[in-house]
Amino acid sequence: MEICRQGDALEISDLDPFLAELLRQIPASANPEGSPAAEQRLFTSPSDSKEKDICKEWKMYVEPELRRLFRSATETVAADLVQLNGKERSATNCTLRIPAAHADAWLNALNQARLAITARYNFSDGELNDHYRSPIGSRRDLSLFQVNFYGFLQEFILRELESL
Amino acid sequence: MIRPRWEKVASAQGTASIQILTGESRPLAVEAPVREAETRSEEELDLPWNVVVHNDPVNLMTYVTMVFQRVFGYPREKAERHMLEVHHKGRSILWSGMRERAELYVQQLHGHLLLATLEKVN
Repeated sequence: MEICRQGDALEISDLDPFLAELLRQIPASANPEGSPAAEQRLFTSPSDSKEKDICKEWKMYVEPELRRLFRSATETVAADLVQLNGKERSATNCTLRIPAAHADAWLNALNQARLAITARYNFSDGELNDHYRSPIGSRRDLSLFQVNFYGFLQEFILRELESL
Repeated sequence: MIRPRWEKVASAQGTASIQILTGESRPLAVEAPVREAETRSEEELDLPWNVVVHNDPVNLMTYVTMVFQRVFGYPREKAERHMLEVHHKGRSILWSGMRERAELYVQQLHGHLLLATLEKVN
């Protein structure tokens, strides 16, 4: 896999089918539905429980805004990922172009996915720092790999944003 | 909640000007006096609030630094200092001041998925 800047886009080329599949899973992984732990992490309280009014107003006015913001980011990413459609069963490598204007949405969606997956599996700090664990083994190992792979992409996007 | 009161104050004060006609043909434009907002509630005179960011093992250090730069407009060095404080000490106070602004900052930080809270200064 290679990542580089191509004009107004970030290009991920020579993307093997396994990594392409992980990318396809970003929107689904970012969705906290069905996981109270993920839901709680994405929508954390803005204050301690003593400030009941703040927490109540936050739930009422801010949380819906945050939900809209997060959904908008994952929708943008999902639209970019359409480029990978039809190649699910192909054994050949493919290319994904991410418009530079979508970089913020990608950062947000990747972060949502990393946080939601980590909350779902309750990864420890030790596990999160274990960058050499093989993705082959269990669903948990694969999910940890997913968190690290998405983090790698975030780092790349951040570096490119800095150079803009 | 995130309906900053300063917006209401600004619209109440307005930006209109009035004109005073003098003996000369040319009217003298005078800015309307800026009326002190009468919204100084007990809450506003209350103690300031801290915007606190807490450590999170998932968010990347570079990402957190970028968010601090964007949300607070801090230069990179200051943003990095706060990021490292969060990383090593578990939390950092990013900003202190009036509640409405603090709420706005916390909302923006949550929008970037950082663990941020509002705390009343003791």
